[in-house]
Amino acid sequence: MSGAWEVVIGLEIHAQLATESKIFSGASTAYGAGPNTQACLIDLGYPGVLPVLNKEVVRMAVMFGIAINATIARRSVFARKNYFYPDLPKGYQISQYELPIVEHGELLIAGDDGTPKRIGITRAHLEEDAGKSVHEAFDRYTGIDLNRAGTPLLEIVSEPELRSATEAVAYMRKIHTLVRYLGISDGNMQEGSFRCDANVSVRPRGDDRLGTRTELKNLNSFRFVEKAINFEIERQIDVLEDGGEIVQETRLYDADRDETRSMRSKEEANDYRYFPDPDLLPVELTDAYIETVGKSLPELPDAKQRRFIDEFDLRSEDAAILTASRQLADFFEAAARAATAKPQLVANWVIGDLTGALNREGLDIERSRIGAAALAGLVNRIADQTISGKIAKEVFDAMWRGEGSADAIIDTRGLRQITDSSAIDAVVRRVIDAHPEQVAQYRAGKTKLLGFLVGQVMKETGGKANPAQVNAALRKELDAG
Amino acid sequence: MSLDRDQVRHIAMLARLELSDDDFADTVAKLSRIVDFVDQLSRAATDDVVPMAHPLNMNQRLRPDRVTEPNERDEIQKNAAAVADGMYLVPKVIE
Amino acid sequence: MTERDLHQMTLTDLAAGLAAGDFTSAELTRALLERIEALDESLNAFVTVTAELAMAAAAEADAARAAGRAGSLNGLPIAHKDIFCTRGVKTTCASRMLDNFVAPYDATVVARLADAGAIMLGKTNMDEFAMGSSNETSFYGPVHNPWDGERSPGGSSGGSAAAVAARLVPAATGTDTGGSIRQPAALTNTIGLKPTYGRVSRYGMIAFASSLDQAGVITRSTADAALMLGVMAGLDERDSTSVDHPVPDYVGNLRESLAGIRIGVVRQHFDAGLDDGCAAVTRDALAVLESLGATLSEVDLPNLDLSVPTYYVVAPAECSSNLSRFDGVRFGYRAQGIEDLLEMYCRTRGEGFGDEVKRRIMTGTYVLSAGYYDAYYLKAQQVRQLIAADFRRAFEQVDVIAGPTSPTPAFKLGDKTDDPITMYLNDIYTIGANLAGLPAISVPGGFVDNLPVGLHLVGTHFGEQVILDCAHAYERQANWASECPEGYL
Ligand SMILES: [Mg+2]
Ligand SMILES: [Zn+2]
Repeated sequence: MSGAWEVVIGLEIHAQLATESKIFSGASTAYGAGPNTQACLIDLGYPGVLPVLNKEVVRMAVMFGIAINATIARRSVFARKNYFYPDLPKGYQISQYELPIVEHGELLIAGDDGTPKRIGITRAHLEEDAGKSVHEAFDRYTGIDLNRAGTPLLEIVSEPELRSATEAVAYMRKIHTLVRYLGISDGNMQEGSFRCDANVSVRPRGDDRLGTRTELKNLNSFRFVEKAINFEIERQIDVLEDGGEIVQETRLYDADRDETRSMRSKEEANDYRYFPDPDLLPVELTDAYIETVGKSLPELPDAKQRRFIDEFDLRSEDAAILTASRQLADFFEAAARAATAKPQLVANWVIGDLTGALNREGLDIERSRIGAAALAGLVNRIADQTISGKIAKEVFDAMWRGEGSADAIIDTRGLRQITDSSAIDAVVRRVIDAHPEQVAQYRAGKTKLLGFLVGQVMKETGGKANPAQVNAALRKELDAG
Repeated sequence: MSLDRDQVRHIAMLARLELSDDDFADTVAKLSRIVDFVDQLSRAATDDVVPMAHPLNMNQRLRPDRVTEPNERDEIQKNAAAVADGMYLVPKVIE
Repeated sequence: MTERDLHQMTLTDLAAGLAAGDFTSAELTRALLERIEALDESLNAFVTVTAELAMAAAAEADAARAAGRAGSLNGLPIAHKDIFCTRGVKTTCASRMLDNFVAPYDATVVARLADAGAIMLGKTNMDEFAMGSSNETSFYGPVHNPWDGERSPGGSSGGSAAAVAARLVPAATGTDTGGSIRQPAALTNTIGLKPTYGRVSRYGMIAFASSLDQAGVITRSTADAALMLGVMAGLDERDSTSVDHPVPDYVGNLRESLAGIRIGVVRQHFDAGLDDGCAAVTRDALAVLESLGATLSEVDLPNLDLSVPTYYVVAPAECSSNLSRFDGVRFGYRAQGIEDLLEMYCRTRGEGFGDEVKRRIMTGTYVLSAGYYDAYYLKAQQVRQLIAADFRRAFEQVDVIAGPTSPTPAFKLGDKTDDPITMYLNDIYTIGANLAGLPAISVPGGFVDNLPVGLHLVGTHFGEQVILDCAHAYERQANWASECPEGYL
């Protein structure tokens, strides 16, 4: 799209950490409670209260750091970011500034040119979330709900190494998959537990100076990230090509209008006056601790994908699809191990009919009506020719409806494939006798009529005859005559 | 004066403090006095001295991830100037 | 037993009297409440008197004793500086901002003293948010010094000091960020103890400067200070900066011989700025310590003169952030008739805070702001490191550092309000202990023109016992602590 222009994008992702209690207090982080029922004195910044750090958030940040093979700080420090806003109870946000817990990480994504591309991750730091302002509920007032205040966040900051909206989305999806694999975030975007801001700028191709950037906020879905960035790229290029200048500012993405709008800049530039929080002490981590956390890491998406290709020799695109979620990958692997059939055949059914059925009913894989072993049972019957692929779909639907195992359904409905040649020959002869002129035309050279005759045989056998055998038998009879 | 009126106005805005016009001059004078006084620090030789953020060098203690705080909203909100439907009210925020 | 005796008695003696059944906690509590009623009008030491709560608690304490369930402070009346949150009782920090604030919880210090059986008589006056050295910045007006009503009792714990000196209560809590317990103790002939940073929990103590604040106590005997500290000290899981360090039996360990104790005298302490009378009193006090077996030697604190400027960067920086929570939204004062959000903030804070608090918030905002952070805040934290190193070096040669608590005796109310710097310089001898987090105590050291002067003793981290020993031995020998201001006998 950009032609003479090179696009430069960096993402700041806020992932809510999946803890029971808040980062600095014992209040619950459960979503959807009544306003301020989960905001305790500490979350409210009451006079005299003090923060104490949640052990779990440290472990989760370290897990993430190891997963992106980053440097884990042996000593990290919490700082105060000072500014006034009604949803920020203390008048400062406790975050990490000079010494974050995670630095210099990296992630491989599929670049636009199709080849793998390394994206640097500058840092990932721990901080507390703010509350929520409710503007609609009252006409002259804004309501403040501080339930979310103090919820633990991991802010993940990428290097400005993304070169298009699609790369940005690929990166964001990769992080999203990763935090869910690690079990450190539920990644629920509707509930705001996975949010993204994008820093976007453009510069003449070949130029190595960065152009002036704008920060896009409020990008709460993959689709919006892509649309917002693309809109912003176009806007910036238009401005520059008309000889204008880009203003460094924060812009809000409006999904309804599909445009970004400048946020009216505050009465003055922010000066956050960061300084080390004197209520908290440095977080010191030992090598032993980091090693232990490292051992607890699950197999990560990239490794799993590679293993699926090597071990099950799957098509790489299928391996990618199956490892997009840890649960889907586990389901496939269980089915593949239970099956005597080729893993690729199992993969086709998981990606095809099963995913289709799940999507129709809006179920996720953990709640599939057909278990991994049961699906393996079905695929095995195709592999050993007990049923044809066509019949298999009928059996699948019956299984989905809960009518039992593949074998049980095949038996009760007598769907077993006919492979007995004498039985097939008998039907073939009956069909030939029943259709003299089609046979004549065939013999006169209209050989495509074979298909019609095969169809007749399948009809007579209720689709159970082995298609290959039927073909062979028909040809033999017709060509003989 | 080490601080001028505009600087003091800027600081007051950052700190969200309204200053009365009558003693604004006095505020500027006293703040300048304080800044001049602390300017003595520039005398100290502090090359590669590690800043001391804390009197004791200890590490942060970590608490177990347990929910310990009950909902006390109604008692807590008795201290608030304006609440409705469990929410704290502030003048409409225009975004 | 007459009331006169009760109010003159120390915490330790009252504990013995209660245990012996000479009087009940109800009698004692009523006697002191009546005394507050009669005398506090002119002193203004209390912001709130909790008479009913106190009488109810006293009855409970008497019942507990009868049932054989008496804690170490059972039935003993105390007062809390109004900076400690007290559940269901107004906690104002002597500020208009919190004039209507009722804390929904107890500070850890308040809870521990209550659990030991102490009876709260009320909340004492102070400099607004503990920012001041004269108690003149209180929204509720200045506290008057029992030794001379025209004079300041010092600050910021001036209400606690005056209440204890005037025999309205045998002990009161205080907080000390730069000398706010020790300087008022010195100016009122009481004992003021600031423990090691982290020794006592800060939870529920409204923060002024988090890396300097420490809770302590003002009493009329060193043994009483030791008794109170034993109850207040110890790890609190709710305060990340409170330290898990064993709490010794401070009272049981008290000794009267100072044989083998090495006391350092700071050369710089006798430089210009120290009142001649105070200098003389301090020298006499040092001689007494020597007579008790301690050995004296000179030590150096080369950066002492930089401690006040360092403090006036670090403390305001922390306070500017700590006091941002006072925005009129969740608690405290909110300006009336506001149109928009910015006005809510600026007028609420402009009207809710007094001048000195606003000055310190602005100073702190300035030293942290873009372009000035390195020159002021960072520089100050570096100088703070130098000051702490000076103490470490000195403590390689001595166990205790002794000197004057305050450069002058109590000054007249209004004398130092025009120039903030002259007020700040009051804390020249005390601030170092806060910057380095060291324990320190001020014990009555004598008089100049009928005005009390304090002897200041500083120890090493968690070295409370040694400074208590020195103070106790000195107190027994010199016996200044028993001097009572006229009109309060
Ligand atoms: Mg950010
Ligand atoms: Zn953030």
